[in-house]
Amino acid sequence: MNLLPWTIYLSFAGAILALAAGTRSATAARVIALGTALAGWGVTLWAGCQFSPSDGLLTLTNTTWIESLGIRFHLAADGISLTLVVLTGLAAVAGILFSWNIEERTGEFFALYLTLIGGVYGVFLSADAFLFFVFYEIAIVPKYFLIAKWGSTNREYGAMKLALYSFAGSALVLAGLLWIYGAGNASGFSLTELAAGAATLDPNAQLMVFALLFTGFAVLAGMFPFHTWAPTGHVAAPTAASMLLAGVVMKLGAYGCLRVAMGLVPDAIFWFQPAIAWLAVIGIIYAGLVALVQDDFKFVIGYSSVSHMGFVLLGLAAATPLAVAGAVLQMFSHGVIAGLLFAVVGRMVYERTHTRQLAELRRLPLHRLMPFTAVVFVIAGLASMGMPGFSGFPAELSILIGTWPVSKLWTLAAALGVLIAAAFTLRVIQVVFFSRTEATADAAETHPLPPLTWPEQTGAALLLGATILIGLNPGLLLDWIIPGLNSPLLQAIWTGGAP
Amino acid sequence: MSFDYLLLTRALLPEIALVLGALAVLGYDLIAGRQRPAEERLKASLAIGAIALIAALVDTVLVGTMDSVYGASLMLDTLAVAARCGVLGLALITFGIAAGARVPRHPAEYVAIILFATTGFTLMAAANHLLVAFAALELASLSLYILTGYDKSRPESAEAALKYFLYGGMASAFLLFGFSLIFGLTGELEFGAIAIMLAHTGMSPLLAIALVMVLVAFGFKAAAAPFHLWAPDAYEGAPTPSAALIASASKLAGFTLFLRLLWPGLGSVAGGETGTGIGWLAPVALIAGASMLLGNVAALAQSNVRRLLAYSAIAHAGAMLLGVIAAEVTGPGPLLYYAATYGVAAAGAFGVIAVIEANGGCQKLTDLIGLGRRSPLLAGCLAVFILSLAGIPPLAGFFGKFAVFAGAFRSGGLAAPAGWLALLAIALSAVAFYYYLIVLKQALVVTPTAEPKRIRVPAVTGLTLLVATALLLLLGAFPSLVLRYFA
Repeated sequence: MNLLPWTIYLSFAGAILALAAGTRSATAARVIALGTALAGWGVTLWAGCQFSPSDGLLTLTNTTWIESLGIRFHLAADGISLTLVVLTGLAAVAGILFSWNIEERTGEFFALYLTLIGGVYGVFLSADAFLFFVFYEIAIVPKYFLIAKWGSTNREYGAMKLALYSFAGSALVLAGLLWIYGAGNASGFSLTELAAGAATLDPNAQLMVFALLFTGFAVLAGMFPFHTWAPTGHVAAPTAASMLLAGVVMKLGAYGCLRVAMGLVPDAIFWFQPAIAWLAVIGIIYAGLVALVQDDFKFVIGYSSVSHMGFVLLGLAAATPLAVAGAVLQMFSHGVIAGLLFAVVGRMVYERTHTRQLAELRRLPLHRLMPFTAVVFVIAGLASMGMPGFSGFPAELSILIGTWPVSKLWTLAAALGVLIAAAFTLRVIQVVFFSRTEATADAAETHPLPPLTWPEQTGAALLLGATILIGLNPGLLLDWIIPGLNSPLLQAIWTGGAP
Repeated sequence: MSFDYLLLTRALLPEIALVLGALAVLGYDLIAGRQRPAEERLKASLAIGAIALIAALVDTVLVGTMDSVYGASLMLDTLAVAARCGVLGLALITFGIAAGARVPRHPAEYVAIILFATTGFTLMAAANHLLVAFAALELASLSLYILTGYDKSRPESAEAALKYFLYGGMASAFLLFGFSLIFGLTGELEFGAIAIMLAHTGMSPLLAIALVMVLVAFGFKAAAAPFHLWAPDAYEGAPTPSAALIASASKLAGFTLFLRLLWPGLGSVAGGETGTGIGWLAPVALIAGASMLLGNVAALAQSNVRRLLAYSAIAHAGAMLLGVIAAEVTGPGPLLYYAATYGVAAAGAFGVIAVIEANGGCQKLTDLIGLGRRSPLLAGCLAVFILSLAGIPPLAGFFGKFAVFAGAFRSGGLAAPAGWLALLAIALSAVAFYYYLIVLKQALVVTPTAEPKRIRVPAVTGLTLLVATALLLLLGAFPSLVLRYFA
């Protein structure tokens, strides 16, 4: 368990090594990156094996850092952080496998990539709000360069929009944190000290602070109407970056909403509950409907990502233990599935057909040309629809069941969103892979496409394996998550002020 | 009260070293340098000057803190020692930049004047007396006017110097007028004695006029809105090392002096939370807010990288004024940290510009295109400097902002103007992120149309930029290295 901080250190060290190695050989940079990511993932899995749910919040390191402001280098993990660091490790490995073919400035690419991963690990493990914020910002900057430098369609616009949205969100978070520290006379920046400080604020100030914190994080979680960065950013990003964006970066936002916003100001969630829940439901349905009419394959997946993150936000807003547990499970599940979908679209299909337009893909008999890809996408699509047997099912089901006692209307509306998800997923499966074309018979001979490489197959197998494993046995993660809900940082939500 | 000359000499050892160094530079050039090419003269002068700076730095550390010197005319407290070290370090960085910039026409004189300016800065950092403060400020300002107009073959440089001189001269007049009124009201020149007198007399209409005069003058000197108009032109036209000095050491020294004058000297007439009735807090808060708004918004529209840095400097001046307000609760630590690390980042950015300029001009933002290919070293350093200016952790610029804003929220939360100013500053930092990112986009992302020419970075300048980068990383990761002296 105490090895977990090494995920952070390893990632940053790997970034420097990859940068140095990249000047000589691209292969060396790739191998270093993969080795680092594998080591990080291995550490998270090892920690997972060692973890017993009764541990509660486990302190990993806790030393004085900046004394004058009471800031400590305090890393800790509970079941929720553990779930998300395991996801990060998995997504990091898969992302590197799917960007094995990056030839331009490989060293820099993987250096930025690993910096981003290090920041994400740091966020999930921080128990000090200052440290949390530092890692959060470290994760933002590399995204801009990854997209602007290695991206595709309209990349500079997409990258700038994403960076500005993220930074504006983090500015709100900073304002909220400093407000609690200043006005609440907190003795330091650890989450428990800030929570104590927030409790001394008058109720109106608490609501304001909660609004700042929650909105700031929700921007990154893709909450309607602040979601517009997500589709453009995802589409502009290179495959690995869109996998990370959807896979883990959006989770940073959702995790911040839970751990910082709801954890620090537990009472306020019930005041904002209707607003957040309605925005989440609107996000689910609206993004789903938009996904239904996209012409660009990647935009479909981009909007589906926003739609699925709506479930996470709905689960958080419902603020019942079952719904929140479902939300955390959905973070994991969506991270895996969205990563897989983006890998299929960006790497397997686009880099071979050089088009993402559905109208053009329709004319290619892809189920003949790339049968493995077709199978992967169909399975990933089923998982994304929330079919039983895949991780999306227990996650969305827990959210819906957890929300039912709070509001039947939200539950029904969100369930409608599941139907819409089925509709847009089936539509792209049909259009892209199984459309009727005259040239089916000898297409494989006339338009041969480059075969899939081993990194792609390994990456796809890893992600598919994860979603099926959790789908068949969600208890693996729920046994971590549910005790985590009772950790000292989140307890107050349940005892705070039930409606 | 002791007027001990021995003590005074000891306290002024750094200044003595600087002046002797400047004379040595001039003397060496006069005797040995006349026949040699300009590059060699510049190198020799910079070497001698750097020795003087290092000697001054060692002196500062060895002398350490002293109570009141020469009847409390100078105050060598932690703030003064830290600010002196900062100023000297920033002057060293400026030397490193000058080594890689275009060679000025009279290199020895250029170096000597930088040393004189630095003497002014170190005196400002320790001044605790109206006349010492004024003389130090004038020594620094007059040197800076000359440094701005040093490239007299370029009309822009002359224009910049003239503008800077006219505004600066006016500001000095205001300052002297304000000081004379304060002296007239209290009969004292030394800050501590003024504070004692003012604690009895309190606010009066005449004092209000004096305060306005002083604030206007400092507004001009610090390039805070609405007194900022000279800054973009000066930054644009001045030789690059001069611009680096104006942006870095002069800011640090100025804010140290301002802080010492306002809180220990005029603290009893601050108004707002602490004092009674109206005081200088409200106008300072207004100037701070105006600077942040104007600086950040105007920077968005710039296509010239120097003007962009000038408007960013105006915005940062606003944040530093917020640090002055917050110093009541936080002490001088955060402001000093902010000003010093801002100086390192700004000077570093100008250093990168200087090297690019020596290889073919750097005015427009588009001149930065392809920097990643032309020199990975410069591009990497520029990224660190710009991200530090933007306030991205773990760089020092972030923690500076964080500490200042935290202090501002502490001084009364949203009940006091400081809290609202901090909210404004945080909101505007998102705006600022955009224009800083535009700079980095040009340097690192945009693909150049033609294969760009590689830049050879002179060893000294490269080393200086690397040291500045390392400083920003180190101080950002371990702010306690500075802050613990102020605990």
